[in-house]
Amino acid sequence: MKKSTIAVMLTAALAAASLAGCGGGSDAPATQAAATTAAEAGAEKEEQAEDAADAADAPEQAADGELIKVGIINNDPNESGYRTANDADLKKMFCEENGYEASFAYSLKNDEQITAAQKFIQDEVDYLLLSAADTSGWDSVLKDAQDAGIGVILFDRTIDASEDLYLASIVSDMAKEGETAVTWLAGQNLDSYNIIHLQGVMGSAAQQGRTGALDEKVAAEDSWTLVTQQTAEWNSEKAQQIVQSVIDSGTEFNVIYAENDDMAKGAVAALDKANISHGVGKDVIIMGFDCNKWALQELLDQNWNYDGQCNPFQAAYIDEVIKKVQKGESITEKTIIMDEKGFDASTITADDVENYGI
Amino acid sequence: MTKKKMVFASRQIFIPIAALLLLALFNLAVDPSFFKITLGRNSAGDPVLTGYLMTILDYGSEVAILAIGMTLVTAACGGQDISVGAAVAIAGSVILRVLVGIGGDGTLQAPIIVGFLAACVVAMLFGAFNGVLVAIFNIQPMVATLILYTAGRSIAAWINNNELPIVTDKTFTYFGGFIPGIPIPTPFFLAVICIAITLLALRFTTLGLYTQAVGINASSSRLNGLNPVFIKWLSFVILGLCVAVVGLIKTSRLSTINYSVIAKDIEMDAILAVALGGNVLSGGKFNIMASIVGAYVIQFLTTTLYKFNVSSDALPAYKAVVVILLVVLSAPAIKDKLMGMVKKQKGVG
Amino acid sequence: MRNIHKTFPGVRALQGVDFTLCKGEIHALMGENGAGKSTLIKVLTGVYEKNEGEIYLDGLEKPAVIKSPQDAQNLGISTVYQEITLCPNLTVAENMYIGRGSAKITNWKKMNEDADQILTNLGIPAKASQQLSDCSIAIQQMVAIARAVDMDCKVLILDEPTSSLDESEVEKLFGLMRDLRARGVGIIFVTHFLDQVYEVCDKITVLRDGQLVGEYVIEDLPRVKLVAKMLGKELDDMEEIKDDNQVYKGDDEYVFEAEQLQSDAGIRPFDFHIKKGEVNGFTGLLGSGRSECVRAIFCADRVTGGNVKMKGRPVKLAKPLDAMKNGIAYLPEDRKIDGIVGDLSVRDNLILAAQVLRGFFQPFSRAEANKFADEYIKLLEIKTASADTPIKSLSGGNQQKVILGRWLLTHPEYLILDEPTRGIDIGTKIEIQKLVLKLASEGMSVTFISSETDEMLRTCSRLVVMRDRKVVGELSGEDLTQGKVMETIAGGEAS
Repeated sequence: MKKSTIAVMLTAALAAASLAGCGGGSDAPATQAAATTAAEAGAEKEEQAEDAADAADAPEQAADGELIKVGIINNDPNESGYRTANDADLKKMFCEENGYEASFAYSLKNDEQITAAQKFIQDEVDYLLLSAADTSGWDSVLKDAQDAGIGVILFDRTIDASEDLYLASIVSDMAKEGETAVTWLAGQNLDSYNIIHLQGVMGSAAQQGRTGALDEKVAAEDSWTLVTQQTAEWNSEKAQQIVQSVIDSGTEFNVIYAENDDMAKGAVAALDKANISHGVGKDVIIMGFDCNKWALQELLDQNWNYDGQCNPFQAAYIDEVIKKVQKGESITEKTIIMDEKGFDASTITADDVENYGI
Repeated sequence: MTKKKMVFASRQIFIPIAALLLLALFNLAVDPSFFKITLGRNSAGDPVLTGYLMTILDYGSEVAILAIGMTLVTAACGGQDISVGAAVAIAGSVILRVLVGIGGDGTLQAPIIVGFLAACVVAMLFGAFNGVLVAIFNIQPMVATLILYTAGRSIAAWINNNELPIVTDKTFTYFGGFIPGIPIPTPFFLAVICIAITLLALRFTTLGLYTQAVGINASSSRLNGLNPVFIKWLSFVILGLCVAVVGLIKTSRLSTINYSVIAKDIEMDAILAVALGGNVLSGGKFNIMASIVGAYVIQFLTTTLYKFNVSSDALPAYKAVVVILLVVLSAPAIKDKLMGMVKKQKGVG
Repeated sequence: MRNIHKTFPGVRALQGVDFTLCKGEIHALMGENGAGKSTLIKVLTGVYEKNEGEIYLDGLEKPAVIKSPQDAQNLGISTVYQEITLCPNLTVAENMYIGRGSAKITNWKKMNEDADQILTNLGIPAKASQQLSDCSIAIQQMVAIARAVDMDCKVLILDEPTSSLDESEVEKLFGLMRDLRARGVGIIFVTHFLDQVYEVCDKITVLRDGQLVGEYVIEDLPRVKLVAKMLGKELDDMEEIKDDNQVYKGDDEYVFEAEQLQSDAGIRPFDFHIKKGEVNGFTGLLGSGRSECVRAIFCADRVTGGNVKMKGRPVKLAKPLDAMKNGIAYLPEDRKIDGIVGDLSVRDNLILAAQVLRGFFQPFSRAEANKFADEYIKLLEIKTASADTPIKSLSGGNQQKVILGRWLLTHPEYLILDEPTRGIDIGTKIEIQKLVLKLASEGMSVTFISSETDEMLRTCSRLVVMRDRKVVGELSGEDLTQGKVMETIAGGEAS
């Protein structure tokens, strides 16, 4: 029963979308009609139909009447809330309604990603969007893409390759995220900083950026010490065990600098068990990254102190780049750094949680 | 006669206990404070015992519970289930789905027991699926469970529509933490309950005899009226039940789930526990208590390494060393030599 | 070999055994299970190291050094075991040359040519390029022998080579052995079959309890004496059984009846019945379908048709458990694959079937299990260190007794014994035959299958004869003679 309903809805949606695509700008009324029919199948279709109509007006669509083929290589959306939000954002932007025909490939492994890229090149996509698992090993495959006339746009993560090989790189400046966080921490004016540093998967750009700033500060200041510096591999369970181990050893600490929210959550679970207070005005300062909605809620509840944003919404930036290229404009700035904030528990508002939570 | 029997029976469990003592002695020599246990209060104001040993009891219990099912699967089928971690993710996801639901606000929509029972049913179904592949279609266990190993975490994410539900209810944290007033971590009690049920089952049913008979010689077992297909299948279903319990503990620890990392690589620990327990991985005779001790040995090792600030991504390397040692020590040639040495020693003494 | 000593922990397996093998003779090595035959051979082939004693080869003064099977091979000592130790998924030629460091294995054409040459020379009906598993067991054994011959072996040890061969295959093997003897190869022949010893051997060496009993020229040692030497006492057991004339005198109550029974093992539908207290048997050549018939009765193979009655009451039997519940017990032909549960203790092996019948939720207590174990170990005179000993470490005969005990413990009304005497020593064989007769006299119905016709003639009052997977005749009373059985097996139409 349920299955068939979904199938009907899907078919209706597809029909609406493909009609919109084929009709292009020349036959707007027909598109609208199709959209109306589709809207009857399910309420949510309405939105899509509107999008479809919008897309019909897009310049590139009008120009050649064809969808822009994009191949998107991303990390596993189950990896973290950040990635889930990122994937959802991309899926929302690169749909047929917006004039795109998108194929997705997911992997946390570099070699699998490279294989996917080669496949996309064979499929003759127009643009290759890439969030690389690893920074190295991409030169030859990107050269192949360039030879095939495929525009490569990096998002979320940079790679070690010549700038000529890609059109643009839309990234968070992880180092800047780290700096913002460390500057905030320094602003807390503690007498001494005994920090448990929970790192992400070693070698990832986020880990390197967020670790870098802290390492520098610890090296520079006498009052800053690292009680432990360990990778918990973005994993809350491991973070919990690591912090548990520090608590068991009886070592004093007053800051937990976790490079993502999950690890901060694991750390807090260990603190709760040992009755170590944490949050605003308490014994231990809790810092996280990524601005998950639930994490910002913890800030609002004063259980955590700081959360650094890592903006997952790159799709709009990518779309802008592609549109510029389609119009023949040149990209002046290769590296596009997104706006990112850091939230303080003492100033965060419920609106912030809604707007910036992922 | 009886003395001889005891020596024979204890030989297998001797391996993990020796390993446990070795680790304990090492810690005692390096830093006796390893064994310090303090009674404190947690943030909810309830008494809790803390210390490395409690951490070992706490986290080792997860692997211990899985080791029960894994031992049975190993004994009956002569292979291992590598989809355990993924299955834990599914079980955990089911619990959260039932308790909070998609888009829920974190308050309980159903009693925790309902969520747990649902997880039991689902985990046993997935166990049954693996069991069908292995027992009926005769696919090698590792290959058969590779399917769920690959797909499991995506299924887990799909169950909750890729959302990460959070349970705000305090009672839910009891299962992976502490029950108010009881200072010993709940996972340990859950493990004890599971072990007790298992031992009762082995005592009051013929599960042990049947499993071993099927694992050693399926053809002969069939001619003795047993149904090898059913017994192999049953071992996977029992493992499913163990998986559901671990799913409850894991989700309770953080009141939420992370599909891609929850119970990551736990299957390897469970298999290692079975091996450490001196059980033959190609099936046949087994000793569940030895596997359980093996599970705590692994956690002992992990905790020790954490204490010495060994990077957590280097842990598998240390475990690999243990595996190598085990494999070498259990090789027939080495075993015979060691036995010979022991005998000689005894002869001299 | 002179004054060989070998001790195992707790056991002195060989105590000062001398053994001499001349060029161009076939020398039987005889003894009951546990007499030390295997140990002696393993010392000779370097599998075990001897504790004392010397081995001399080719009449040399200096003792030969044999520390590993490789040494033995280099000295020209080759062994062909009861279980084929070749690789079934390789070709005949590959099996002949593999593992010999020969460059031939890289030159397929030459290898096949050479192999074919040898096979033709020895009159072995196999092709070099054939996959080994496509050959019959007998041919596989001959290939193993050919391999040994090609390695210039001077001493060829054949360890129970005939136990899984039928008579014509045995004949072929003997032909090959005689041929090799003519070429000057010394052959050590280990077997349980007395007839075969007298057919092919020149000399006999008898071992008992790790000690040398003596070496005899075959003409000087009649069978009865040989058996007596092996058993260590002047036994008239064989005679005793023979005197016991088998005429079924029981009542007419049918215990088991089958009509047009058939299974997926490829036998023709057959009718069969057995009465209370009767002993009957299926006979026929190996592969004639006699095992498949009893497997069908026990539902060991999938039954595809036919009606079955127990004590005149129609019953539906679909799986072994159904048969067991109806009082049928089945001792399978292949003890290793279908019988023992190797790693389990003697006790667990004994109680297994009875436990299954009793049910999943009613395990025997430790005390009950021990009681049964002790009872049957005593009753059947099972030689085992304790009830805890894994069954796989027992000798073949004692394993068979445990399996027999397992079924007796279920108190069956109808006992099927498929080759219960294969590969076990003569003493145990006689014990088992006597036990069968005793059980029958107590009212149990027994179906007894054996490759040795005289065993069946001794025990059965009726024989169902099979040929080419169908029942071709039934003999009882006056017709129960060796000649009549052979005639029926061979078939009337063949002249």
